[in-house]
Amino acid sequence: MSIAFDYTRSLGPVLGRFMAGLRDRRVLGARTSDGRVHVPPLEFDPVTMEPVTDLVPVSAGGVVVSWTTGWALVRLDGADTPMLHRLEADDPHTGMRVRIRWADQRTGHIQDISGFEPGETDGSVAAAATEPVTIMTVPIQLDYRHTTSHEEDRYLRALAEGRIIGQRCPACRKVYVPPRVCPADGVATVEVVNLPDRGTVTTFCVVNVPFAGQRLTPPYVVAQVLLDGADIPIPHLVLGVQAGDVRMGLRVAAVWRDRSRWSATPENIAHFEPTGEPDAPYETYAEHL
Amino acid sequence: MNTVAVIGFAQSNQSLTTSGVETLVPVFEEALRDAGLGRREIDFWCSGSSDYLAGRAFSFVNAVDAIGAVPPISESHVEMDAAWALYEAYLKILTGEAETALVYGFGKASAGDLHRVLALQLDPYTVAPLWPDAVSIAALQARLALEAGLFTERDMAAVAARGSGGDVEEMLGHPYISDPLRNHDVARVDDGAAAVVLAGGDRVGRQRDRPAWISGIAHRIDPQGLGERDLTTVPSAALAAADAGLDDCPVALHAPFTHQELLLRRALSISDMLPTGGNAMFSAGLSRIGAAATEIMSGRARRAAGHATSGPALQQNLVCVMEAA
Repeated sequence: MSIAFDYTRSLGPVLGRFMAGLRDRRVLGARTSDGRVHVPPLEFDPVTMEPVTDLVPVSAGGVVVSWTTGWALVRLDGADTPMLHRLEADDPHTGMRVRIRWADQRTGHIQDISGFEPGETDGSVAAAATEPVTIMTVPIQLDYRHTTSHEEDRYLRALAEGRIIGQRCPACRKVYVPPRVCPADGVATVEVVNLPDRGTVTTFCVVNVPFAGQRLTPPYVVAQVLLDGADIPIPHLVLGVQAGDVRMGLRVAAVWRDRSRWSATPENIAHFEPTGEPDAPYETYAEHL
Repeated sequence: MNTVAVIGFAQSNQSLTTSGVETLVPVFEEALRDAGLGRREIDFWCSGSSDYLAGRAFSFVNAVDAIGAVPPISESHVEMDAAWALYEAYLKILTGEAETALVYGFGKASAGDLHRVLALQLDPYTVAPLWPDAVSIAALQARLALEAGLFTERDMAAVAARGSGGDVEEMLGHPYISDPLRNHDVARVDDGAAAVVLAGGDRVGRQRDRPAWISGIAHRIDPQGLGERDLTTVPSAALAAADAGLDDCPVALHAPFTHQELLLRRALSISDMLPTGGNAMFSAGLSRIGAAATEIMSGRARRAAGHATSGPALQQNLVCVMEAA
């Protein structure tokens, strides 16, 4: 499973000018009250706690303070602190002279520096920085491989065979579907309970709002269905009935997809539909709302 | 004055699901049994974990399922190693708001790419967007220490050999994975969980004959910027140790890289090291405190300390010193 999100980070007066400088191929350091120049800049003086206002240009060339495969800490000439960035060098070593290799496309971002490469700068100074950058976008993407619990494993395998199972808590005797650790007692549920594919609508909502990725045309109903013999309802679609006719207590049954399309997933159940039975009395599901 | 003690400990070196629930249930049961308490006798629960590790939002809320939160419980969480959750619980007991607490940490680092996930603890503007992996960050620190002459790659290999029983010369023949770090210098990506039970005041003696009284606990943090501090010293560890009153007692150190153990031993002047277990994210530091407490509760030591680190390149450090009554 891949999770991705573009963080938009607002920059204050210090980082905004620093990033604008990178866009213009200038590196700005923050001068603090002790006279030291920090690159990347500090936003607040660590001694006086005052906001930093004095940004001074430093060189785009400097010296490697430490390095590893592909990365280096480089102290730029005019700065007192080293900064981290990529290092592209055949023979990296501490003390080697390097310069910034600028990205071709620069947007006011730390990636405007493509990396460090061996060599000296030509000494030219880029024009003064333009407007500070206010927002930088930082895409985050992480990949995960989720492992099912024993309970989930059993539940999904049963679904692949067209069965629904729950598990009973040894302490409170409640039946959980899908099976899980009993969140009320903090103990593993053990006893497997076969459940029918029919139950009662305990509560529902009518979806009227369109949204990205929506598979059905509004209005349609998403309901909590309490399977007979279970103590916790499962959410599912209720179709085959006008949205306005769905009600608490409505008796429904699962409509399974064609057997040839079954796999170990809750999607084997397409939706629930009314059974035509009389509505369940309120008392039968009042505890499960 | 000793007012809070460790009275129970349990750990697991595996984590079945990323939610942690199934792993935590037996760990809680064992820790509570060790402390002689039922779960409803716990006044305060506090955990350390991370959504970035679990790959889901509010993962610590999900994990509360393992507690059984009926009737409602008092609960808190830190996005750090659970040793810092223990600090919060310690304060909670000192304030008198709780008499007992269960602290737990959990994580399934193997579900994702741990060394990439850890980039997200770096400066979000100037460093994290570059996605430097955690091993590379540690390698930059290791080189600074090696070139300053603080120790050698052979010393680093010896740290790994102590745990693995490997041959140092043979280990030094292996290639670098991030120069100057070799595979043996980097802690294995471990899954796991741990729980420590605390109690305060009179309650301690009622639960356990030989509790591990906390005589001092402190934590400190060094600056966020990797260039803003001398990476070869660990001021936050030294200050935390001084505040906690660490002396020459045996210490369980939490060091995810071999060079970091050497840096910590220098910073804390440690001679007596307790054997340590795995390096599961968010529980390894808490486990060190639990292991040190076990030395005292078992009668093997009169005094022992646990250390925890969190953040990049030993940025945050916590020291907990414990003793028999």
